[in-house]
Amino acid sequence: MHPSPSGAAAPLPPQPKSPRDLFVSFTWLALQGFGGVLAIVQREMVEKKRWLTPEQFLEDWAVAQVMPGPNVINLALMIGDRYFGLRGAVAAVAGMLAIPLVVILVLAVLYAHYAANPQVAAALRGMGAVSGGLIAATGIKLIPQLRKHPLGFATCLAFVALVFGAIALFKMPLGWVLLAVGGVACAWTWRRIPA
Amino acid sequence: MQWHDWLALFGQYLLLSLLSISGAITTVPDMHRYLVAQHGWLTDAQFSSSVAIAQAAPGPNVLFVALMGWNVGLNAGGGIGAGPGAWLLGLFGLMVTMVGIMLPSTTLTYLATRWGHRNRDRRGVRAFKQGMAPVVVGLLIATGWVLAAGNHAGDAPAWHLWLLTAAAALIVWRTRLHLLWLLGAGALLGAVGFV
Repeated sequence: MHPSPSGAAAPLPPQPKSPRDLFVSFTWLALQGFGGVLAIVQREMVEKKRWLTPEQFLEDWAVAQVMPGPNVINLALMIGDRYFGLRGAVAAVAGMLAIPLVVILVLAVLYAHYAANPQVAAALRGMGAVSGGLIAATGIKLIPQLRKHPLGFATCLAFVALVFGAIALFKMPLGWVLLAVGGVACAWTWRRIPA
Repeated sequence: MQWHDWLALFGQYLLLSLLSISGAITTVPDMHRYLVAQHGWLTDAQFSSSVAIAQAAPGPNVLFVALMGWNVGLNAGGGIGAGPGAWLLGLFGLMVTMVGIMLPSTTLTYLATRWGHRNRDRRGVRAFKQGMAPVVVGLLIATGWVLAAGNHAGDAPAWHLWLLTAAAALIVWRTRLHLLWLLGAGALLGAVGFV
């Protein structure tokens, strides 16, 4: 749709009309997100609907990532909250989850029906091997960003290796690793950055 | 499963929710340790297929948690062929894990984002954001590793599974190919018997 050229006044920034609009928008967004929703969030929220500027998106994304919980859910929560408070937050998160949950259950039931078929099992094994690669690559892609880190690149890589070894090789409980390694990393960073 | 097992499962997911910095996916190794290795509530195949189906389906990746709960419930009810009782138990399991993984993190994010936004220039906030960065990177790579290793059931040294994982990681790292193509290729390679 084209914006009407006749009204000369500066247009208000686009924003969701209602919690219902948030729910529908986030449902639609989630249903497009095969293999992860983040790229879709950026395209829909920033480029198409323009509820967020690129700067807002980056800032919100950083916070969504640092907070515990699924990143895109946190992001939906923050956007919903900004416009309609708690109701908006609930509507956005429900939109992200409700319909996709039904879809995934149907897929799981279909899968269970055919799981005895060795080809289906093998196909899923192949997909499992790929998804391991996808997630590892997400981590690898972030490594260059550590070059600008206050601790220095080499120290950061040592922390990466330490966490990897503790979790992947020695199977240590996540909580202790986060507490110990994360605690040291944060405290060390705190000393290195200006007040 | 007894009622205290369900309670323990719920508690474990409440805890993991708070630990899921940078997404629920980083708690996958710990879920594997808890559900498969420690309690035997899920098989290795069910575990990695839960993640693989959620990756292939639309929607946020956190829905793999729903499938894990669903499978735990189904197993407790005697399997998917055991009738409506098992299905209800599956839905109950789904509720337990999803509410567990979502409730603490969304509540915390909701309360903390406003505070964090107001105080984003504080030294402590910056130290936390930056200090966690290398830890998050290490966690993501470890998660990919644990997922890939989970496919190696039995005692066959499946070097081609590792090859597939590495190739997928390399392609995601170096190209902008849509993830769905990769998952499809993995499924195809599985179906034709390569992995």
